[in-house]
Amino acid sequence: MKLVIGIVRPEKANDVLEALYRAQVRGVSMSRVQGHGGELERVETYRGTTVQMGLAEKVRFEIAVSDEFVQPTVDALCEGARTGEVGDGKIFVLPLDAAVRIRTAETDHGAVTPVDK
Amino acid sequence: MNLVSLLAAVPQVDSGDTAWMMAATALVLMMTPALGLFYAGLVRSKNTLNTFMMCIAAIAVAMVTWALVGYSLAFDGTGDLIGGFGYVGLHGVGFLPRNSESTIPHLLFMAFQATFCIITVALVSGAVVERMRFGAFLVFATLWSVLVYAVLAHWAFGGGWLAERGTLDFAGGVPVEMASGFSALAAALVVGARKDYGRQALLPHNAMYVLLGAGLLWFGWFGFNGGSGFNTGTNSVLAFTNTLITPACALVTWFALDLIRGRKATAIGAATAIIVGCVLITPAGGFISPGWAMVLGFLGALPCYAMIQWRPRTRVDETLDVLAAHGVAGFTGILFIGFVAQIGWNGLADGLFYGNADQLLDQALAAIAAPAYAFTVTFILLKLIGAVMPLRASEHDEAVGMDVTYHGEEAYVTGEGAILVFPEDGGTLPVPVADPG
Repeated sequence: MKLVIGIVRPEKANDVLEALYRAQVRGVSMSRVQGHGGELERVETYRGTTVQMGLAEKVRFEIAVSDEFVQPTVDALCEGARTGEVGDGKIFVLPLDAAVRIRTAETDHGAVTPVDK
Repeated sequence: MNLVSLLAAVPQVDSGDTAWMMAATALVLMMTPALGLFYAGLVRSKNTLNTFMMCIAAIAVAMVTWALVGYSLAFDGTGDLIGGFGYVGLHGVGFLPRNSESTIPHLLFMAFQATFCIITVALVSGAVVERMRFGAFLVFATLWSVLVYAVLAHWAFGGGWLAERGTLDFAGGVPVEMASGFSALAAALVVGARKDYGRQALLPHNAMYVLLGAGLLWFGWFGFNGGSGFNTGTNSVLAFTNTLITPACALVTWFALDLIRGRKATAIGAATAIIVGCVLITPAGGFISPGWAMVLGFLGALPCYAMIQWRPRTRVDETLDVLAAHGVAGFTGILFIGFVAQIGWNGLADGLFYGNADQLLDQALAAIAAPAYAFTVTFILLKLIGAVMPLRASEHDEAVGMDVTYHGEEAYVTGEGAILVFPEDGGTLPVPVADPG
């Protein structure tokens, strides 16, 4: 069991969701975050005040998956989020100790496997 | 000739009419920022400023072209298709009324008409938001305000062939509503759909802006319709009152349709109904009785509602439904006059229901000619501009959003992590912390 964290461009978030859906990865959390990677930064001007936007808007996906789903998930994140420009984001894969589905108290593998209704 | 008869021949300025028309002009100008608010609420947050800026740009561009040539082409002389060049650069537009029927200074008449040109240009932008390059839009707005708006204004208001035939158009069903609606359709076809259109849900980002914008538009519309009599006479009072009645009736119809279809009366639907109602009564305001104005609101909303339901199911990304809310509603309003105009209310002509079938023919001519002209000229104009410069933002810029791309600003900037840049640094920026190079 792994926790896959993907930090991607907000404008690619929908493409990532589509790619994940095609890869049959269903349980996803996403949040808007601000971050700093290597991208060439934006310069904005507000009434004579010019600022360099040090932090860029990003979308952070958190996906808990069983081991056989790790590679398809990473592939889907890459496929959906890549533009080829600096600032496409990062993917982190972390070990996951335990997972519980609150509704049924299923644990671990059962908890991260989608149920078919 | 004695002094008395000489004085009678000089057109007189009426102080009451002038006071009202100054207020009405300001009201109509306010409609353009109000439209900006309405449109900005309907787009995604990353395009908020750009959408509003298209309306601001319309004020800048259309006012200048109007003063330079537009006004002259629309209102100088009574040529069939186009006016003359006598008022180019506002030459000869002064404090005396423009003709013996007018009771307001010519200069004020010009200013009032200018605000109409401005909002019409702004209306068309609704078809191309979220993807058109700002520079290309400025070029388009410049040419469109002269080639389409000024020409149609001449046809309907300035003594052109429609006005000459006796087509009734009180406040701009021809040059404002049908012109913007059918031009919007052409613009959407030439510029093309947004890259995610039909694939993702592209939702309004702020329904409150939409409601506030609609409310301010309705308020401004009292100047738009109430001022289109150019005085404080009976037609003006009738148009003013009908501007209250028709949108209220359109709202009732919209609520009913929303409730029947989805069991919920939607807020953005209500905002749309206000616009549709105001547009319906725009051509008819000073010509039909308050009773028929109610009927117009109740029934006229139906084709517009149907269009708004149908259009998103097509491949045509006419993004903010200018065709449904302005083109179809203006068309309906123009035709409706031909049925129900009453000489007892307007002092000019009866419609078909009161024994004058010719009036319906005159109205139908306008309802065919204006859309055909607006669509054709806009289509060709954008094709020509597109041959010289790209009309659309790149896919990358479209994804990032028009605000950052074309204005270097964001509507909802957080300021977190922003570093001040001082020009005396010579323009070199601090190196990013994790510079990959």
